[in-house]
Amino acid sequence: MTSPNQVLQGDSCQPNAYKFSPALPSRYKTDGIFKALAWAAVVISLTVLVVLLADVANDGISRINWNFLTSFPSRRPAESGLLSALVGTIWVMALVALFSFPIGVGAGIFLEEFIADSFFENIVEVNIANLAAVPSIIYGLLGLQVFVRWLFPITGGRTILSGALTLTLLILPIIIIATRESLRAVPSSLRQAGFALGATRWQVVREIIFPQALPGILTGVILALSRAIGETAPLITIGALTFIAFLPPLSLQGLRTTFSVLPIQVFNWVSRPQAEFHLLAAGGIIVLMVMLLLMNGIAIYLRNRFQQNR
Amino acid sequence: MVSETTATMTEPVIQMENLNVYYGSTLAVRDVNINIPYNQVMAFIGPSGCGKSTVLRCLNRMNDLIPSARVEGKVTYHGRDIYSSDVDAVDLRRRVGMVFQKPNPFPKSIYENIAFGARINGYQGDMDELVEDSLRKAAIWDEVKDQLKKSGLALSGGQQQRLCIARAIALQPDVILMDEPCSALDPISTLRVEELINQLKDQYTIVIVTHNMQQASRVSDYTAFFNAEATEQGGKQGFLVECDTTKTIFNNPREKSTQEYVSGRFG
Repeated sequence: MTSPNQVLQGDSCQPNAYKFSPALPSRYKTDGIFKALAWAAVVISLTVLVVLLADVANDGISRINWNFLTSFPSRRPAESGLLSALVGTIWVMALVALFSFPIGVGAGIFLEEFIADSFFENIVEVNIANLAAVPSIIYGLLGLQVFVRWLFPITGGRTILSGALTLTLLILPIIIIATRESLRAVPSSLRQAGFALGATRWQVVREIIFPQALPGILTGVILALSRAIGETAPLITIGALTFIAFLPPLSLQGLRTTFSVLPIQVFNWVSRPQAEFHLLAAGGIIVLMVMLLLMNGIAIYLRNRFQQNR
Repeated sequence: MVSETTATMTEPVIQMENLNVYYGSTLAVRDVNINIPYNQVMAFIGPSGCGKSTVLRCLNRMNDLIPSARVEGKVTYHGRDIYSSDVDAVDLRRRVGMVFQKPNPFPKSIYENIAFGARINGYQGDMDELVEDSLRKAAIWDEVKDQLKKSGLALSGGQQQRLCIARAIALQPDVILMDEPCSALDPISTLRVEELINQLKDQYTIVIVTHNMQQASRVSDYTAFFNAEATEQGGKQGFLVECDTTKTIFNNPREKSTQEYVSGRFG
């Protein structure tokens, strides 16, 4: 940014023109300072991230190979892999997506489009905002009591289904809030146009508002899922195992098998004394991050796709 | 006031009797008595905050969408009270169409913009024909006939507004409400919309809210003048001053405030 040193000269016809003091150099200086500060913020956050990634990659990349992905965990670090944790994560995330998308988006639509500005909506809104801030371990305790114990006949105890339901509860508030924000961003003139054409509320939502809000909703859902994929505490609380040497069968019965997920596997390896296991943990972190990147990539792809269709 | 004007009007499509509109506990507009005659253009004029848009939105029950809004008095459409429990607002809005201040086409294709309303209301006829017919009536067919798949948002502001008019026409309404349809348009687009209004009044009853008195005098057959007065709570309360033929309102109004407003002395 260049700052002109010379202020325009000329006789002003306005009698009070001399009362302005442009002070351009100092104003540009303030500009510069804030630009530098903003830059510093970017650099600091990026540096931390890059250092973390580099450290993990340095430790773990040597461990990433086909065997690592296709072996079960083992006492012997050299033979150990994360197949069961990887498959467990995929199972759990698929179920979480299946449960949380319709429930979260549905609740968001109901609150924002159907009962907006009512007393009930205000109460629910405050509660949901609070729920989004509740520590995840509390959800773990809730899941332990409700899904593992009370609903034992359905979930079968400490199973994939219980884990997925617990994580669904955890991210529902985030999805509801994201859905509502996206719906709110759709101009109300479009709602009015729809109603003025004799559309019912559902028709307005279904045909006009929802397609507009979908890219934002998808982004919110994927961000929420990204949070769920890294959660460890609630799953440990409900009793996910750290050593699983089998895969759930691809059937309904698979929902009722015990399971492990990537963060728990990593947590388990890190807490072992042997250094070899720490390298395995680094490898596990890389796999987890690749999954995260894939999910975010899908989110961006979907968003762009739906935006083009507008 | 009502009886005098009624005598000069043909059969009214919409009648408002002692209409009061509240927002919460605030009375926003009071004592509105207007008869809207069949296949004529009725203009609502008046200074900002006098409630002309509010009254307009009572005619297709768009005010229902504002939770705090409440209507007192009677509004009849072909003799039926539209606020009675046996009248459905969704059905009413198919018959009483609306065009808004800012053009608001859907972010869909031009074709879909027209077809949407027909489809959701269960239109059984030939959709292509309806789309073409509506666009022709809104005097925009020649400009868009080769690009019906293009987004409605790609059109210019004036074209968007005519698309919105076509969208309203597609539902075969008998009344079209227009809420300052030209205030966001340039003078040439404004002129085209005004020409369009003149063509449309053969088939439709039109109620237009406008800030522009020249526009009211150019396009309307009847004019209702609203005014506002400050309330003790610091808000504004609108009321109907008078309603008569446009000629009378502009040349020989009964009330002094009307005379002052139409001659540009305030507002």
